[in-house]
Amino acid sequence: MREKKVTPELAREHGLSPEEYGKVLEIIGRTPTLTELGIFSVMWSEHCSYKSSRIHLRKFPTTGPRVLQGPGENAGIVDIGGGLAVAFKMESHNHPSFIEPYQGAATGVGGILRDVFTMGARPIASLDSLRFGRPDHPRTRYLVSGVVSGIAGYGNCIGVPTVGGEVSFDECYDGNILVNAFTLGVVRHERIWRGTASGVGNPVIYVGSKTGRDGIHGATMASGEFDEKSEEKRPTVQVGDPFTEKLLLEACLELMRTDAIVGIQDMGAAGLTSSSFEMASRAGTGFLMDLDRVPQREEGMTPYELMLSESQERMLIVAKKGREEEVRRIFEKWDLDVSVIGEVTGDGVGRVRWRGETVAEIPIAALTDRAPVYDRPAERPGEQDALLRLDPAGLPAPPDLGETWLRLMGCPEMADKKWVYRQYDHMIRTNTLVLPGSDAAVLRVKGTRKGIALSVDCNNRYCFLDPYAGGMAAVCEAARNVACAGAEPIGLSDCLNFGNPEKPEVMWQFRSAIEGMAKACEALGIPVVSGNVSFYNETTGKGIHPTPTVAMVGLLEDVSKRRVQWFAAEGDPVLLAGADRLGVCLGGSLYLKEIHGKVAGAPPPVDLDHEARLLGFLREAAAADLLSSAHDLAEGGFACALAESCITRPGGPIGARVRNPFPESVRPDFAMFSECQGAVLLSCPPAKLEGLLAMGRRFRITMNELGIVGGESIEIEGIACVGAPELRTAWSAGFARGLGLEG
Amino acid sequence: MKAAVLVFPGSNCDHDAYYALKHVAGIDAEFVWHKASSLDGFDAVVIPGGFTYGDYLRTGAMAKLSPVMGAVRRFADAGGPVIGICNGFQILLEAGLLPGAMIVNESLRFVCDHVHVRTETERTPFTRGIPEGTVLKIPVAHYQGNYFADEATLDALEARGQVVFRYCDPDGDATRESNPNGSARNIAGICNERGNVVGMMPHPERCAEEVLGSADGKRIFDAMAARRRGRSA
Repeated sequence: MREKKVTPELAREHGLSPEEYGKVLEIIGRTPTLTELGIFSVMWSEHCSYKSSRIHLRKFPTTGPRVLQGPGENAGIVDIGGGLAVAFKMESHNHPSFIEPYQGAATGVGGILRDVFTMGARPIASLDSLRFGRPDHPRTRYLVSGVVSGIAGYGNCIGVPTVGGEVSFDECYDGNILVNAFTLGVVRHERIWRGTASGVGNPVIYVGSKTGRDGIHGATMASGEFDEKSEEKRPTVQVGDPFTEKLLLEACLELMRTDAIVGIQDMGAAGLTSSSFEMASRAGTGFLMDLDRVPQREEGMTPYELMLSESQERMLIVAKKGREEEVRRIFEKWDLDVSVIGEVTGDGVGRVRWRGETVAEIPIAALTDRAPVYDRPAERPGEQDALLRLDPAGLPAPPDLGETWLRLMGCPEMADKKWVYRQYDHMIRTNTLVLPGSDAAVLRVKGTRKGIALSVDCNNRYCFLDPYAGGMAAVCEAARNVACAGAEPIGLSDCLNFGNPEKPEVMWQFRSAIEGMAKACEALGIPVVSGNVSFYNETTGKGIHPTPTVAMVGLLEDVSKRRVQWFAAEGDPVLLAGADRLGVCLGGSLYLKEIHGKVAGAPPPVDLDHEARLLGFLREAAAADLLSSAHDLAEGGFACALAESCITRPGGPIGARVRNPFPESVRPDFAMFSECQGAVLLSCPPAKLEGLLAMGRRFRITMNELGIVGGESIEIEGIACVGAPELRTAWSAGFARGLGLEG
Repeated sequence: MKAAVLVFPGSNCDHDAYYALKHVAGIDAEFVWHKASSLDGFDAVVIPGGFTYGDYLRTGAMAKLSPVMGAVRRFADAGGPVIGICNGFQILLEAGLLPGAMIVNESLRFVCDHVHVRTETERTPFTRGIPEGTVLKIPVAHYQGNYFADEATLDALEARGQVVFRYCDPDGDATRESNPNGSARNIAGICNERGNVVGMMPHPERCAEEVLGSADGKRIFDAMAARRRGRSA
């Protein structure tokens, strides 16, 4: 075999620094083969090795009485009682989605689904957190359409409902969009499988699609910045085949009901390389693989290409010796390729053979344990202080507050996302009891009384202005959203989207956001059980806002106690829980950005002690049937939360008349649109009012009775009054109109 | 009453149909793999929704070639009740058990939403007991649900009472706005001349319980169960 000779220059082209390449030479004890170089370069890429983030990720609390599997596996697993557990994870597919929106987003969904069913769980719901550039940026409409139809194309076909998510816009994403996909599955404790290659002599089996040349070096692409030439990287984006994945899902779950296997792992980023080396690393074993037995889609593929291909819909299985036929029968039933490509060995070396030659021979412990770990320098940007400065008094007061209210409700960030979720099958599997459009989606778990509430959140403006406070707020808001649905937050997964970690300012953002998130997780008792880091979200040197997206999983012991964000009935009292959390705060607010064109000021402060009590209060109040609705105050402040509770009701809008919760001395626009952390708008049946107030006292939550549900208009007394149907129309039409899409 | 729920590679509403039949409507149900060649012992056949063979060719174009479809044809010829839902409807069209074809939604986008349909005939085994004009609230979820046939075929369908469901507003008016996909004459479901084979785009299995926002779909499964009871009585 004649392949390119490996040189230090070639190593650099593979993204390995001179020091890293020196380490490779030390480990191998000779010049690596091209295949070996490829393996080191992907395994030590930022995407696979977490080399810049690892020391910070350790700050997250990752354990707890419910945690069955923390970070480090394909997905995290949390116990929900009754012998059942939920497996979930969120992952980014930012770079591929910017280059090729349909396939990039589709394969993002495909990848996260595999991460979940690899663990033995049947996926029951997905979420997506999407961030695009300015709505009027020439590329945004194309990207939104492509990403949404890619998610729909994959998720709908495989038959897993997409039940919620978020979509927002900011010019910082003009050249680098974010596509974060989350999936949750349900598994019985005894059916949990892990990615481990134990048992010397056990067969290593390849199943699923054939290997082609697609996606080679996708992981390396995701570990570098974008420039004008990114378009040329289109061939590194994989193409998804949801039909094959559906077959793979059913075949894997069928196989997992037997006891024929030892371990299983998805071939995701870095394909055959990461799955084989990671499985052996976890078990402390080695392996021998023969690449000639890998099912191949095209002729003449080199060992380098076979090891690095990111062809989708493939899995690596380690079965028990002698059970190969059982595995074969199941995969053949589902018309999928299946091939024994090697076996587990006991010497801790990963050996790869091709056409009779050994093309790679790497000590596995050295490859994984000696992977580079960096404590990269972090420094608060000099301009951060200037960003935090904001003089609200200098902002011109809008002449017509009703008009401003309509504008905010109709801006694409705030507006109804039905244009998006109508394209997602959000009902399949018939578990979705609260459909998209409330603070959290709620699913039943068939065969039990339990329910799962899901929400994904991050306010990128807050994180940009103050990453520590923004990180805390992301966790708290996501937790509040599932609590508003009546659930107890039991675990989260995150997607940490940041710029280039080699820049000290970015590293400072990263470290601060993690510390804020970790602090909130500890205070609220919520473990981080899985997640992913996406660095290098930059184009031509311009970074995105730090965006640590949080996907929160909540548990309802009794799903009939679920609550929604919209008002239920005329005559219900309206209350504000956490009324003492209100304050004049425009920092990072939607109002400041949309109406005054600024992203500045300090974001609203978080009080973690209050948040913890609020979560307990909301859950208990829902469980005791004291609530009609509960809705978190978030972007757009009090006025927008009130409007949402009135107009998002599926049965049509309803009005409300409430007092202004602010002192009269506060400027009316500030009262309406100041943002805060820790306040929730409630309504309850009149007969439950006393009980609800008593519950508030029990949890030391300041409750403010504001008014009553009913009528045709939404009125904040003395400040503004707009017809509920008018607000609903602005909100309903805003998304498609703002993006210039057909309704 | 025992219903077969067919499973093709890519079927994905099979579990939902099974659940609605068995655990909601109380009908004995069993999955039948697409390679089966007989439907002996079954009293009804449900072809569930999904993306058989990925729908990479035309929807249903591959599934119609599966061995089980020969058995479905014989079952239908013998007068057995067959219902195709969503992709199941598309398969019945491709198999020639129902007339017409599906094209891509007018919006060129997938649509998942609750809609309303008006029941147009009580003569099928799936609508018996649901009086003509009854409005059902029921979800759709499809990319190719835009029913198409030439005018002569459409006229014939109308004349022979083969239109089973029509998209309508909550008051029962078949308006253009209430049609989620642009289908000809707001058609949401049809039957064969004999009335025993029904295809419909909306998903009754997704609205068989109040907790899912509507229980109207259960009426279709109840009709199916009642027919059997009526016959054996």
